[in-house]
Amino acid sequence: MRSSTLIVLAMFWLYPLTEAPAAPPAVATADEAVAADPLDSARWGDMVKTFFPNKRVVFDARVKVAAPAIAEDSLNVPVSVDASALPGVEEVLVFADFNPILAVLRFEPKKARPALGFRLKLQQSSPVRAAARTADGVWHVGGTWITATGGGCTAPSTGSGSPEWQERLNEVSGRIFPRIDGGERLRMRVIHPMDTGLAPGIPVFHIEELTLSDESGAELMHIRAYEPVSENPLFTIDMPGGAAAGKRIRAQGRDNNGNRIDAWVTQ
Amino acid sequence: MRPPALPRALLLVGLALTPALTSTAAPPAVPAVPDAAHFDYRLDPREIAPGVHVFVGLREDFTPANGGNIVNTGFLVGTDGVIVIDTGPSRRYGEQMLAAIRRVTALPVVLTINTHHHPDHFLGNQAFPAATLAALPETLRGIQKDGEAFNENLYRMSGDWMKGTERVTPAQALAPGRRSVGGRDIEIVALDGHTPADLVVVDHATGTVFAGDLLFHDRAATTPHANLAHWLAALDRLETIPVKRWVPGHGDPAGDDAPIRQTRSYLEWLAATMRDGAESGLDMTEMLARPIPQRFHGLAEVEREYRRSVVHLYPAEEQAVLEKARAR
Repeated sequence: MRSSTLIVLAMFWLYPLTEAPAAPPAVATADEAVAADPLDSARWGDMVKTFFPNKRVVFDARVKVAAPAIAEDSLNVPVSVDASALPGVEEVLVFADFNPILAVLRFEPKKARPALGFRLKLQQSSPVRAAARTADGVWHVGGTWITATGGGCTAPSTGSGSPEWQERLNEVSGRIFPRIDGGERLRMRVIHPMDTGLAPGIPVFHIEELTLSDESGAELMHIRAYEPVSENPLFTIDMPGGAAAGKRIRAQGRDNNGNRIDAWVTQ
Repeated sequence: MRPPALPRALLLVGLALTPALTSTAAPPAVPAVPDAAHFDYRLDPREIAPGVHVFVGLREDFTPANGGNIVNTGFLVGTDGVIVIDTGPSRRYGEQMLAAIRRVTALPVVLTINTHHHPDHFLGNQAFPAATLAALPETLRGIQKDGEAFNENLYRMSGDWMKGTERVTPAQALAPGRRSVGGRDIEIVALDGHTPADLVVVDHATGTVFAGDLLFHDRAATTPHANLAHWLAALDRLETIPVKRWVPGHGDPAGDDAPIRQTRSYLEWLAATMRDGAESGLDMTEMLARPIPQRFHGLAEVEREYRRSVVHLYPAEEQAVLEKARAR
């Protein structure tokens, strides 16, 4: 790998695009949660009831969500979440307050960094939030508003109805890139329509599970994807140096119809 | 199109006068700011060469303040008719454009061209005689397919300026080639790259080229339907046209090749940036965060357009890199 590439990767690690508002971490009970939301969303109270009933929730600037302020394409809104400034993250949940299907995805970082790049569908302007659960059971929430003209969740996928795409269902393409910090980056794309079930006449059909593991069989990351993840999902996953044994990474998973994903990604 | 009606001798006189007249091309002026309170675009055509008039738009994005007056449109006055090149972003714009044309000439509009299928270039079509509306075949398909969605989007972006605007798809398909229209010796050149079909009008008498959105001048190029390789090839082709002045789709008309140089330089950088980013394994959010080189800071809207372009162009580049890895 050329050194210029490594430098560029390093630069972006230091300068993320847009960070969550730097609100001081504050514990919110269900009652004071609405007033405390730094994104001032009318839906925050409902988010707490839906995702964090009887849980401790704090707004925490260490959980960063990078995304464009305005979505150029509501079907493919790029988002990167990064909770690596927070020690001991066991699980990260991503959701969008105003989407008809709230949950976008969950992941357990395992041996990978608690960070993930992907694209999602937005039905309208909404906060997009990442909540990172630490070992003590506390959910640390960061997020950003994304303005969208919308329609992202009720549009049919390109692939739904196309025999050519059906033949390539669950096909994986990907590559492992070196990082300047000695770690590695996996970028991988799976061919899948990711139909939400909200477009008339097209049933829900999406990838549910994706597990990444190294050549020794150790899990690097486990992802649970939901309907709002964009068609043909593309994930960016970073591993610390030495985390992944061997030169290849295995991607295994399945969609909600039981179709299997199983592929090796190399450098 | 009808052949020229004037006697040959008169035409020759006209041609003989042309070189002297072209040197009096109007100096660049600042376009008038639209009057949003009265929905008045304040359209004032600039005669950049004899019989060649341009309505120069603002180098901005669509807003409720500018009503979408961000595009260059124009018209050519022949001996017996007027050729209109693009009709603007709304019914009101088209109507005010036609009124401004009427202040210059009483000759009938004989041909109304849409250079490509983007909304700021055809949503004024309602104001012009339906039988004169014409575009390249692929542009007709684009207007038919995307026109309504574009129209809705401009209602969102420009607001009440859009009142009464409806998509009108031209009935006439234009073929490339040289011809006399309204007594004006023009050539239609069919290119692509900014969109799947980009029409260029060459006015041979004055050496003026209306390049549509293949050229941007002091304004960052837009790429929602772009194919950068095709676009750069189209610029190569434009450079072979012997010409005295360029009318870009956005930005001031120019007497030199600055619009070509600027557009090429920006597109080449954009293509290289997408390629390098994909090869380096950058995520799209990291691409969005990349700084724009100093040399492009003079292009209006470059921060916004670069980020839009990442969303348009990056997926294909990263897919190519990942597919290539898979094939190994």
